[in-house]
Amino acid sequence: MSLPRTPSQTVGPYYAIGLSRRTENELAARTDPGAVVLTGQLLDGQGAPIWDGMVEVWDSVGGRWGRSGTDSEGRFSFVVTKPEARPGEAPRLEVLVFARGLLRHQLTRVYFPDEADANAADPVLEALDDADRATLVAEGEDGALRWDIRMQGDRATVFFAH
Amino acid sequence: MAVTDESPIVLPDDPSFGPEVQVDYPGYRSTRWRAPDRPLVTLPEEYHDLEGPVFGHESVAELDNDLTRQHAGEPLGERITVTGRVLDDDGRPVRNTLVEIWQANAGGRYKHEVDQHPAPLDPNFSGAGRCLTDDDGRYHFITIKPGSYPWGNHENAWRPNHIHFSVFGREFTRRLVTQMYFPGDPLFEFDPIFHSVRDPKSRELLVARFDLSLTQPEWALGYAWDIVLGRGGSGTTPMENGS
Repeated sequence: MSLPRTPSQTVGPYYAIGLSRRTENELAARTDPGAVVLTGQLLDGQGAPIWDGMVEVWDSVGGRWGRSGTDSEGRFSFVVTKPEARPGEAPRLEVLVFARGLLRHQLTRVYFPDEADANAADPVLEALDDADRATLVAEGEDGALRWDIRMQGDRATVFFAH
Repeated sequence: MAVTDESPIVLPDDPSFGPEVQVDYPGYRSTRWRAPDRPLVTLPEEYHDLEGPVFGHESVAELDNDLTRQHAGEPLGERITVTGRVLDDDGRPVRNTLVEIWQANAGGRYKHEVDQHPAPLDPNFSGAGRCLTDDDGRYHFITIKPGSYPWGNHENAWRPNHIHFSVFGREFTRRLVTQMYFPGDPLFEFDPIFHSVRDPKSRELLVARFDLSLTQPEWALGYAWDIVLGRGGSGTTPMENGS
């Protein structure tokens, strides 16, 4: 038996009243010695900030989840510690992107810049060309991790079928 | 009265899309620069078995599912109950999963600073609720029927009445955010968001059923709406992005 699945619809511009009522963007305590801010901008195909988007991250090994709305500059932010890696894979966070104008959320993932060897051996990263791979690895910036999400264009973030 | 340009909004139905939305649906203008324009990359099949987040009872308060009792007084509008089951596409109930909703008030206004529709805010209505499904996968909300409201997508554009739903599900790739509509809404045929689901049969899955047996005499009308979460991977229609 396979029931027809309920279709997706956009989260719309007013999701914050339902989905961002409380602060849920800290996967680790700020006082944790390994804690780092993961931040970036969500950008549309014209390079404009998506100010009414939402990003969810999921550490599937540690069972840690968080969500962040975007601000007027399209900026989201999380407090994270690096997740444990699955065997043979590089440490990463699963990421879902929601926005007005996105009729279904998009699936991507973010890797860590200080894991060059593990990233080089990660089966999913390895299957991408250099430019695409770069879209999934955060950059260190002023003690934080910087990772932009671009919905379209030559430097568009890699999104996965789901 | 000037004749408004409403005919080009809705494209012909395309049942070949099945339950998927067309993410770059031109009738919904905001998709133009936001929908991914490159083919999606396929992940290993086992990835789709990855468990999703689990939420405990501590994240939901007892009255979080009753949107009519969050303030000193009751909100204006038609009181309704909305209930249904969250199921996997193999028919199994999804237990103890978080269901979140948000909606406009009876006048068609969201309690959000960006919403400038000149309809009144209701001091007794915030428009947000959450609950966990029970052992049958059932959720239950008490709220008021949201009003329709204009939006800037095209000339004389109005959204049908709807409640936004967010559901997590067992596996990470079953996550669903969608909208529940009310039966018989005259705005359906003009709404590009509703029509972004190209298959008319799939579109109907977004429409709740009025159920007299759920209606509580002298108190509230009852609507039923089940939510079916599909698994990613092999169950995904490859043409999702029209690519």
